[in-house]
Amino acid sequence: MKEILVVSASPHITSKHKTSTAMRVVIAALLPALAYATYLFGLRVLFVTLVSVAAAVGCEALMQRMLGRKITVTDGSAILTGLLLAFNLPPGVPWWLPAAGSAFAIIFAKQLFGGLGYNFINPALAGRAFLMASWPSLMTKEWLAPVGGTLSGIDGVTAATPLSLLKNPANYGDPQLLIRQLSDFETVRNVFFGKIGGCIGETSALLLLIGGLFLIFLKIIDYRIVIGYLGSFALLAWLLPTQGSVLFHLFAGGLFLGAFFMATDWVTSPVTRKGRWIFGIGCGVITIIIRVWGGYPEGVSYSILLMNVFTPFIDKLTKERVFGELPKKGVKK
Amino acid sequence: MFSKFSGGVHPPEQKNTESCAIEVMPAPEKVYIPFSQHTGKPAKPLVDKGDEVKIGTKIGELDGFISASVHASVSGKVLNIVDHPHPVIGTSLCCVVESNNNDDWVSDLKAGQDIGGMTEKQLLDAVKEAGIVGLGGAAFPTHVKLAPPKGKKIDTLIINGCECEPMLTADHRLMLEYATAIIEGARIFQKILHASSLVFGIEDNKKDAVELFGREGIGVVRLKTKYPQGAEKQLIKAILKREVPRGGLPMDVGCVVHNVGTCYAALMAAKFRKPLIDRILTVAGDGVKEMKNILVRIGTPVSDVIEYCGGYVETPKKIIFGGPMMGIAQYSDNVPVIKGTSGILVWQDARVVEEGPCVRCASCVDTCPMGLMPTEICSFVKNKNFEMAKAYGVLDCIECGCCAYTCPAGIPLVHYFKYGKSEVWRMSK
Repeated sequence: MKEILVVSASPHITSKHKTSTAMRVVIAALLPALAYATYLFGLRVLFVTLVSVAAAVGCEALMQRMLGRKITVTDGSAILTGLLLAFNLPPGVPWWLPAAGSAFAIIFAKQLFGGLGYNFINPALAGRAFLMASWPSLMTKEWLAPVGGTLSGIDGVTAATPLSLLKNPANYGDPQLLIRQLSDFETVRNVFFGKIGGCIGETSALLLLIGGLFLIFLKIIDYRIVIGYLGSFALLAWLLPTQGSVLFHLFAGGLFLGAFFMATDWVTSPVTRKGRWIFGIGCGVITIIIRVWGGYPEGVSYSILLMNVFTPFIDKLTKERVFGELPKKGVKK
Repeated sequence: MFSKFSGGVHPPEQKNTESCAIEVMPAPEKVYIPFSQHTGKPAKPLVDKGDEVKIGTKIGELDGFISASVHASVSGKVLNIVDHPHPVIGTSLCCVVESNNNDDWVSDLKAGQDIGGMTEKQLLDAVKEAGIVGLGGAAFPTHVKLAPPKGKKIDTLIINGCECEPMLTADHRLMLEYATAIIEGARIFQKILHASSLVFGIEDNKKDAVELFGREGIGVVRLKTKYPQGAEKQLIKAILKREVPRGGLPMDVGCVVHNVGTCYAALMAAKFRKPLIDRILTVAGDGVKEMKNILVRIGTPVSDVIEYCGGYVETPKKIIFGGPMMGIAQYSDNVPVIKGTSGILVWQDARVVEEGPCVRCASCVDTCPMGLMPTEICSFVKNKNFEMAKAYGVLDCIECGCCAYTCPAGIPLVHYFKYGKSEVWRMSK
């Protein structure tokens, strides 16, 4: 035989599940929410999203070129970062804001740390934190009212999103009445279906839930993080002196977006099973602490960023039990 | 009854040859019989260039405690004792025998012994004399596994009929065609070990075999089809819910595992004085014209096997000894079939995957049946931090390949672990 045979280590087959396909599936799972946001707030949403994605992809290619790395924008990770960043912006922001956020996310949070797989915090959330620190007014004021609804989900209150209304009810009317109204079936329904104002991607809890369950079903995201996050959050929302009902807290703000799509980011969450529970629960605890006692109405993004920082320690402290280690009592000798 | 171990993967089974009855391949013109076909020390050559041998003539004597004898698989003349390509260890000293096409045997195969009247010692000696090694692939000398040190009580003998590797069907066919012989062979092992119970573990993708053994009145555990169900430690866990301690052996938890093929070979050895001179293997893959299950003489070059199977479809890109998950890629098709060769896969396509960065998706952690953190160990090995690789259990890795199979970044984790293990061993020397 003249041809040379290929010699490689086993295994000689691999599953079809690839990084780039997973990225594409996550993007697909986010598209219904994007389509719905476009319907709610107008074509402007698509424009903001496109700028964000384009800036992310452009910066990724540019940085990879400058750093002499292989250009891998087709893997979909930069597209996903751009998309998630746009999802975290109010729909009325000026066009350059998403561009600035994406550039920070890709250049500083991702590529300077080594690119895909080496970033220690979620790039999209880092971009959002950067924008919150730099242009707080743009990030908290440029809301748009949804088609056929109000910003707050309550008739007559048009100047605040549900969570900011909950934080400072006295600014908008009778606090007792408003808080009661927020927990009404009517309002909770609006919040669940997304007939409220908010960031581009966070409004419809329902569509995010469908997309997220789809990803759990495909085992692309880990159920432990999601259940740990939502479960601990719901439990504390019920136990702690929160204003508003548990269901309102679950569906309002960016909780579903965060729990299903941002906390579950592979790179920045623990790899151990126990670690993923701890990570999810930590996110839930920090989120509720910020919502109840913090200065911001919403705590999802900072809770995830904080837990991202703990991820290496969590992995170290929750090593998996090696087969045959400390065998259980009663094992026959 | 379904039992389980944690982790594992479900690669496509591709058992295309499961209905191909075992065919007997005639002796090739020349065989290349390595003196090292087993775990342990190579056998000492007993023949010289020019000697005449018959089938079953002992040509290599076991050397030391962990070693096994080798026997001629054809009758004819010893052409040479020379280094030759070897499917597992690169090259090894081989005895090259040219066949005279007479197929003369040293012993009379028809004269069956009364194995019922043989003592444990006689049975064990018969197995040892026949050069039998584990035929599942690891090729550990069987007589060593049958002689646990004093103080180790064996209560259960598990016979492994899982054949969890995709594409391989040789054990399946053997179970269907020689069920009674396998059971008789297993009884020999049970008698030698004084094991009170005997149980067969068979994956539920071989329902016909499960039923057949059930009808024979033997204990059969139907196991979930999941790779690596047939790995020794995972099999014990699934059947007995016992965990072999880290760094320990099955006998530490009172059991011994043997492959179905080994049972069959043991019966042949005890009853007919037939040494291990041939084995059943699967020939499969898109690069060979006819996929088959065949009985092949030990030492037959791959090229002869492929010729018997109709030849190559086109020039192949990859030839694998064993299954697609743990098999060893060959650099030449003149390597011989050895005792541990459970299959020969011929692929037209090399299927090389480009390695991307780890995205910490944790698929490897979720699928590792040994409870390791492959991604962490891999980074330690890449950074040559072998101390940490050892601390994270690189030596516990059974190289089953679940992690690399499932890795979305295409990282050849097993490749790094093999390297890491060799460095850890080198360090501790």
